[in-house]
Amino acid sequence: MANPSELHYTKEHEWLKVEGDVATIGITAYAAEKLGDVVFVDLPKVGSKTTYMKICGEIESTKSVGELYAPVDGEVVEVNNSVTSSPELVNQDAFGAGWLIKVRFESLPELLSAADYDALIGE
Amino acid sequence: MAKTVLHDEHVKLGASFTDFGGWDMPVRYSSDLAEHHAVRSAAGAFDISHMAEIFVNGDDAAAFLDHALIGVASEIAVGRAKYSMICNADGGIIDDLIVYRLGDDSFLVIANAGNRHAVAHALHDRKDQFEVVVEDQSDDWALIAVQGPKATSILQTLTDTDLTPLKYYSIAAATVDGASAYLCRTGYTGEDGFEVLVSAEHASQVWNAILNAGADHGIIAAGLACRDTLRLEAGMPLYGHELDEDHTPFEAGLGRVVRLDENRDFVGRKGLEKRQEPAERLVGIVGEGKRAARADYELRHPETGETIGRITSGALSPTLGYPVAMAYLSDRNFEVGDTISVDVRGNLEPYKIVKLPFYKREQ
Repeated sequence: MANPSELHYTKEHEWLKVEGDVATIGITAYAAEKLGDVVFVDLPKVGSKTTYMKICGEIESTKSVGELYAPVDGEVVEVNNSVTSSPELVNQDAFGAGWLIKVRFESLPELLSAADYDALIGE
Repeated sequence: MAKTVLHDEHVKLGASFTDFGGWDMPVRYSSDLAEHHAVRSAAGAFDISHMAEIFVNGDDAAAFLDHALIGVASEIAVGRAKYSMICNADGGIIDDLIVYRLGDDSFLVIANAGNRHAVAHALHDRKDQFEVVVEDQSDDWALIAVQGPKATSILQTLTDTDLTPLKYYSIAAATVDGASAYLCRTGYTGEDGFEVLVSAEHASQVWNAILNAGADHGIIAAGLACRDTLRLEAGMPLYGHELDEDHTPFEAGLGRVVRLDENRDFVGRKGLEKRQEPAERLVGIVGEGKRAARADYELRHPETGETIGRITSGALSPTLGYPVAMAYLSDRNFEVGDTISVDVRGNLEPYKIVKLPFYKREQ
């Protein structure tokens, strides 16, 4: 699956869609496919702080547990409750309805472009 | 990495692959949950050609297996099968096996892929005083499991052999889609079904014939990910998780497989006699919520927090919707119905001890 060019990426397979000072964050389709069917998603609470590259959530498939690394310093302003009740959204629409959290940030760290991320996963 | 003769078929079907015991095996084709549910509700086809086929032939074949394994092979009727194990001298499990009796002096032993050489070597080491030929023919055969409530009707369209009278744990020579085969009514999913043993040269033909014949019945190709959740729900042990050389059949809750009859001598007997009262035992546990206890997580005493065991396999059960796990429990004070704690990545979660299996199909 193509990695959308308008998004930013991390080496830990998160994507970010930046709008103003809020980033919508999810895991990439590649990561979702590697995990297998997602059956449980544990997300941070609204209002909690995130620290760059610290674990802030978990994505469990039948076979394994994937960690959600915060790609920015900031504060969680929204979590996707649809995905906690229907974790399969992560597999079905990783870059869309399967988004996980929105974080308000002050500055963005250095992130990967879609081309960088394509190269990372060998596509 | 080794590949089964069906590897190209899996590539064509878009499978993802994983290393399983040195074999590049399909872990899933599209969705492991969909494959799991297909096996419970309709049927799934699994390539299990990585498993080992070891033939034992000769005048002493039955007596030899009685000596080499912990069960009594000579009691198996021709055309029937028995679940058994091969143990080391201390009673530790080298592998779990299915032993099929093909004739008075002819047996087929199916071993796990990763233990193929260990089992073949142990059998060779134990055959000195017996008139017997032990032959590892694993490379010559493909094994295709057809599992699920529709498995029998699907397979029946491909063979003239009447499948209805074939009992669980039996084997029959038959023709499947024109190819010579053995039909084994066995499986590793908790559903009815067959394991179809065909020569490697007919593997692709028979694999595709099964998928085509079953298409209207809802059969899909199924990978190792769902095979693992299916066998876990059915309470079936997996070598390397529930079974290994550090554990005896008694500890694994499979003492019924050991036959300590008087006047019976077999490799491992002395060790097993000493270890009939296990220090730890395999139990089934179930949790609440959606957070699965997984392999190697620790069991804790619910009051003291002391470590009292270790998970061997665990997942959120796709069929049941709650977490299930098997674990070695070393504290004898806990019984079925009691609640213990599991350390799920730093959080202590309550888990209840239950009788295995977690899932049993309606007969």
